[in-house]
Amino acid sequence: MADSAHSTTADTHETGGTRRDFLVIAGNALLGIGAACTAWPLVSSMNPARDVIAAGAPIDVDLSSLKPGQQILVLWRSRPIFIVNRTPAELKKLQEPNDTGLLRDPQSEVEQQPPYAQNWHRSIKPEYLVLVGICTHLGCIPEFTPEPGGTLGPGWPGGYFCPCHGSKYDLSGRVFTGVPAPYNLPVPPHRFVNETTVRIGENPPNVAWEFGSIVQI
Amino acid sequence: MAVSQNKLVQWIEYRLPVFSFLDHELNEYPTPKNLNYWWNFGSLAGIMLTIMILTGIFLAMNYDPNVGDAFQSVERIMREVNYGWLIRYIHMNGASFFFIVVYIHLFRGLYYGSYKAPRELLWMLGVVIVLLMMMTAFMGYVLPWGQMSFWGATVITNLFSAFPVVGKDIVTWLWGGFAVSNPTLNRFYSLHYLLPFVILGVVGLHMMALHQHGSNNPLGIDRKGPQDSVPFHPYYTYKDMFGLSVFLVVFAIFVFYFPNVLGDPQNYIPANPLHTPPEIVPEWYLLPFYAILRAIPNKLLGVCALFASIFILFIVPWLDTSKVRSAYFRPIYKWVFWLLVIDAFALGAVGAHRPEGFWIYIGRIGTFYYFFHFLVLMPLIGWFERPLPLPPSISEAVLKKKQKRGGEGALTGVAATRSKP
Repeated sequence: MADSAHSTTADTHETGGTRRDFLVIAGNALLGIGAACTAWPLVSSMNPARDVIAAGAPIDVDLSSLKPGQQILVLWRSRPIFIVNRTPAELKKLQEPNDTGLLRDPQSEVEQQPPYAQNWHRSIKPEYLVLVGICTHLGCIPEFTPEPGGTLGPGWPGGYFCPCHGSKYDLSGRVFTGVPAPYNLPVPPHRFVNETTVRIGENPPNVAWEFGSIVQI
Repeated sequence: MAVSQNKLVQWIEYRLPVFSFLDHELNEYPTPKNLNYWWNFGSLAGIMLTIMILTGIFLAMNYDPNVGDAFQSVERIMREVNYGWLIRYIHMNGASFFFIVVYIHLFRGLYYGSYKAPRELLWMLGVVIVLLMMMTAFMGYVLPWGQMSFWGATVITNLFSAFPVVGKDIVTWLWGGFAVSNPTLNRFYSLHYLLPFVILGVVGLHMMALHQHGSNNPLGIDRKGPQDSVPFHPYYTYKDMFGLSVFLVVFAIFVFYFPNVLGDPQNYIPANPLHTPPEIVPEWYLLPFYAILRAIPNKLLGVCALFASIFILFIVPWLDTSKVRSAYFRPIYKWVFWLLVIDAFALGAVGAHRPEGFWIYIGRIGTFYYFFHFLVLMPLIGWFERPLPLPPSISEAVLKKKQKRGGEGALTGVAATRSKP
């Protein structure tokens, strides 16, 4: 008996591990998995709760009293949403090569908008612009500064100016070069329920697009 | 010195050796006899931590961590709660003074090479404490839910969105919502209460590492025998208490006469998530780091520079190649050290101003120099600098100094005047 036990130990030593090594490694591995499983609910509890997510349901906004050149601000998912009724002159400026040449992403190639807003006016209807009003630099609210020139210099075509760190965007939320903000202002999912009512938080029919796929809010 | 012969003390000591421990670490603990007043700031930092925890506990009894009530509850503490104004002003200004003390403590370590072997872990634990302090102070600043609380929290949490792929999820996770909101305030309150006790734990480790090899000293040479040291009590207990008295006078002047000088008046306006204040600035003690963040016009690189500016301190023991600890004997490093101090103040000034005009350039030069100091100057100077000859021992240096002075009999004053930076 003693002999056979001895030879068994010697055999397993040659293959690199004993029964005890196996038990120790397996035990530690289980302990690690157990620790991860314990940590998961705690970490997960810090993500948005169900009622917080539910409060992010789509909202309807009536645009019938929004005059050309005006902006209104509504809240969706506790974020400020800019809705602008742009004048024909302002729309013309968005296509001006002198101005678009200064933009970082003039064609809106970075996914900062749903596919139906990836166009020169970054919206469904050219005049109505819908934006998440949060600077892509560090989350301040950019100021609506539609008048050309002014304190921002003679070359200012009109758009948004962030007071925190000086980022600038044009009147379709496209970011200029030479400012700290890296991306265009995000466009939230939205659709027109009728001529003058926009629903924020819902895509037009037959479009599947996740707001979460935006690169940077 | 032996533990008291009292029967009860003996009974406890046999079961829990707490008296011999205290005797060993606070009474007979041998300390270099030449420590100058820059060595007072370690114990001052410990006292500030105690003051902050104590006042914080009493503030928590009256504070309401809800976005609807937080601002009002702080105003209630100021106006209705007995001595609430005093407790809050001590806590509020205490944060600033805690940082003043710790920054002086840190720069003292840089000047006298206190991070060099065998005190690398002692230094690194100190950097961990500074990091924890910054997190605690940031979350504490959010609690009054004023304009600067809200927008500071928005800007700082958004730093994490700079990281590719996971950045957005991290920010949502930090917020517990779609923006800085009630869940954010709740968790910041919870963590603001927790972290000081984590700091206390790390301070314990910091003390353990300190008492393993004892304090560094202005000459930066090792103690060679009992003639180089004095017992901690009464020599340094009394010196620390004298320093504390002077410090508390200055602290009291701020608490009673200028309680709001170090704060931002914007934070007395309730938080409004729909209106960004014209300028978002952090508290003064974070301004140099804020300047580094804004100096780089690329978002991800700016955030990386901000984190790197703190994490670089961890590897300072290995960046400094000089074998000599104290800058007293390092003719070149001595001057470079003061350039770093000036750089830190310059970056602080940059952080307080809008990033416009020449502030942009000062910010960029200052940021460049900060990293240049640690990554290039520190390793290079240690390599080519020729240090002055070191004295053979602390006691000989002390006696020589004493003779020169005509035997004034200053036990602890050897380098106090000459190497005081």
